Amino acid sequence: MQRIGVFVCWCGSNIAATVDVDAVVEAVKNEPGVCHAQNYQYMCSEAGQGLIKNAIKEHNLTGIVVCSCSPRMHEATFRKTAEQAGLNPYMVEIANIREHCSWIHKDKKEATEKAVILARAAIAKVNLNTPLRPGESMVTKRALVIGGGIAGIQSALDIADAGYPVDIVEKSPTIGGKMAQLDKTFPTLDCAACILTPKMVEAAQHPNINIYSYSEVEAVTGFVGNFDVKIKKKARFVDEKKCTGCAVCTAKCPSRKGGNEFNCNLDNRGAIYIPFAQAVPNVACIDSTRCIHFKTGKCGICEKSCSAGAVNFDQKDEIIEQKYGAIVVATGFQISDVTKFDEFQYTKHPDVITSLELERIMNAAGPTKGTLLRMSNKEHPKDIVFIQCVGSRGNTCRDKTYCSKICCMYTAKHAMLIREKYPDVNVHVFYIDVRTPGKNFDEFYRRAVEQYNVDYIKGMVGKVWENEEGRLTVQGVDLLSNRRIMLDTDMVVLAAAIEPSEGVRNIATMLTASIDTNDFLTEAHPKLRPVESPTAGVFLSGVCQGPKDIPETVSQAGAAAVKVVGLLAKDKLVTSPCTANANELMCNGCSTCERVCPYGAIDYIDKEVNDHGKREVRRIARVNSALCHGCGACTVACPSGAMDLQGFSNRQIMAEVDAICK
Amino acid sequence: MSEDIIAISGINPRQCMKCGKCSATCPAFEEMDIHPHQFASMVVEGRIDELLASESIWKCLSCFACVERCPRSVEPAKLIEAVRVSVLRERGGSFLSPDEIPAKLDPELPSQAIAAAFRKYRK
Ligand SMILES: Cc1cc2nc3c(=O)[nH]c(=O)nc-3n(C[C@H](O)[C@H](O)[C@H](O)COP(=O)(O)OP(=O)(O)OC[C@H]3O[C@@H](n4cnc5c(N)ncnc54)[C@H](O)[C@@H]3O)c2cc1C
Ligand code: SF4
Ligand code: SF4
Repeated sequence: MQRIGVFVCWCGSNIAATVDVDAVVEAVKNEPGVCHAQNYQYMCSEAGQGLIKNAIKEHNLTGIVVCSCSPRMHEATFRKTAEQAGLNPYMVEIANIREHCSWIHKDKKEATEKAVILARAAIAKVNLNTPLRPGESMVTKRALVIGGGIAGIQSALDIADAGYPVDIVEKSPTIGGKMAQLDKTFPTLDCAACILTPKMVEAAQHPNINIYSYSEVEAVTGFVGNFDVKIKKKARFVDEKKCTGCAVCTAKCPSRKGGNEFNCNLDNRGAIYIPFAQAVPNVACIDSTRCIHFKTGKCGICEKSCSAGAVNFDQKDEIIEQKYGAIVVATGFQISDVTKFDEFQYTKHPDVITSLELERIMNAAGPTKGTLLRMSNKEHPKDIVFIQCVGSRGNTCRDKTYCSKICCMYTAKHAMLIREKYPDVNVHVFYIDVRTPGKNFDEFYRRAVEQYNVDYIKGMVGKVWENEEGRLTVQGVDLLSNRRIMLDTDMVVLAAAIEPSEGVRNIATMLTASIDTNDFLTEAHPKLRPVESPTAGVFLSGVCQGPKDIPETVSQAGAAAVKVVGLLAKDKLVTSPCTANANELMCNGCSTCERVCPYGAIDYIDKEVNDHGKREVRRIARVNSALCHGCGACTVACPSGAMDLQGFSNRQIMAEVDAICK
Repeated sequence: MSEDIIAISGINPRQCMKCGKCSATCPAFEEMDIHPHQFASMVVEGRIDELLASESIWKCLSCFACVERCPRSVEPAKLIEAVRVSVLRERGGSFLSPDEIPAKLDPELPSQAIAAAFRKYRK
């Protein structure tokens, strides 16, 4: 028989105002096994914990029940308290009488009754608890960063500086991400390349960093501290070691019909290309879908023109297998599809562009060499209209429900840069709200209005069409004056919603990391664990977790790196003892559990068993406790009731249910 | 009265974020005294009498451009329709005697409105 102590917490007035804590103590005092019960204002305080420790010693307790907040909050605290008093930490149960009771009920009588029932269930469980010992697993001291944008680069640099080796897997031929495509950056207007390329070079030269560019993660198995990852290094048909990045080949390639992704397809590139001058690695890459040699077997001009002999049409995809202790996801974002907004004529008129396209047009290395021109006739524009929130903040099938967060600031940036360089251009911005929280952000926007005379119009654009003069007419509304606005303009710039990169679902599935309804990766706790995924050992960095600008991305990247370093600094990890186990006499080797296990923790062995004196070899399920997360899927799936979970055994759960239904 | 409009239209006008997309899209905007985006907030504020007396309910083409474009699924044309229907259903309303109808007919009057008026007078 257990000797159980019950400790009822008031949580100040959080619990005590709705639950009669004295009545709870009174009611559980005579439950089977209980030999001590008391309440206290704050059980989690030093004094409260001291009280528990004293009671354990004084009454020789073998198990305790704490009636308090959610076990997510303080289970760890009370387990430690019990351990300090010499009790096995798994002899502690929490009855959640706050989130599950006082916070959701108003009637004190009913709430008190429910608190008593929850306490009884926990007592019934402790009566069947047995001491458990956690296991240990080793930590591979190497990190993987998926995605080489500013988020991935910063996380990798911080982890590498702390002394741990890091691999960056980047799917495009160069690292740098979207920031490499930007011209100037708010709020200080420094040139994106000037602040990004030094970091790219630093990453490339760092002795602890290894970059797998033009590569993708193929498969991930294992668990925190021990991930096994398969990386596919796609053939770029150029020897990375030999190529000097001279770009002679890229100029000579005759296959020039395909769009240049780096310039948002506003101009074309060769089939062999280096995305931009400061690419890292500065190595050419052949796009085999466009290369004449791959289509006809002829051409080969690049091969002939390369003095380093780096072109190699026979190169094959390569699979690299590597072990990692921690994984950072930094897969970033893309611009959402604006073609659904046919009222803006994006697909019909070349002078209707997205903001990212404008970045390229404004950039000295862009399709117009940094001169602001209409893409239709290469003429200097006189008027430009910006439309905010295209695809953000709606609840229809065309929209994202969220605010993309960065557009108000980058539009103010675009407006000012244009007015600064071309004072003759009139700039109009249609907005719903201007959202500029952030250090020096609102001041930045006000500067656009007050000093640069940018015309901000509160209202939306209904439609855009080409008028007789070959310019664009914009029909909108000014809600503040309740007037219809008709504007003739030369360019229309759409501040399109941003969304997680294509392929993030695939990454999330491989990592068993969760994503939200918008495909952004979910954090373990939105406030207190913002850079960790709920999957142990997986960390989040940058826009893949939610819309954010560069300053925020860099801060988050650093935070994720610290979490990784904290993990890699450990030699061993404690593993939860609450894992599944098959009863070998009951198991019939049917494979049901193997099929439901989301972590691949179950396999089968042939084992000799002694079934009531009958010796025979049987196929029996075996759980790898290092892989098992204790989710319990197998225990409910097992048709013969052979699977059980330590710490949550079928008997314990049934005892809880019985106590509730009593 | 707000509740009636909300019930008839099946629309929650509080979903409106006051972006003005409806009014920016509306082909009848210039003829209206109260504009589509105002319907949402005026229903919320309970200013139904003003809406009932508004010219806009007869000027709305029921083209559903606003319904198509509203990013918050407020579907202003349905609110306008609900106000229009309320006027038509109002018993003892003096402005829709059968003799008056020919004078009211104008090319922009929605046929839906005429049909509703006739339904009423057949009773
Ligand atoms: C038009 C525009 C203007 C902006 N202007 C500013 C500004 O002025 N100031 C500012 O602070 N912010 C600005 N931003 C925001 C800024 O671009 C982002 O905050 C920043 O780029 C986020 O970095 P990231 O690394 O999270 O994502 P990204 O830059 O998107 O990087 C992600 C990287 O991961 C790679 N990747 C994706 N999927 C995979 C995969 N499955 N496997 C391997 N690799 C993968 C991608 O190829 C990419 O290299 C602007 C954004 C836009 C759209
Ligand atoms: S379009 Fe919809 S959300 Fe925008 S003002 Fe009109 S009713 Fe409101
Ligand atoms: S349905 Fe009515 S309010 Fe809506 S856009 Fe058409 S005319 Fe305007």
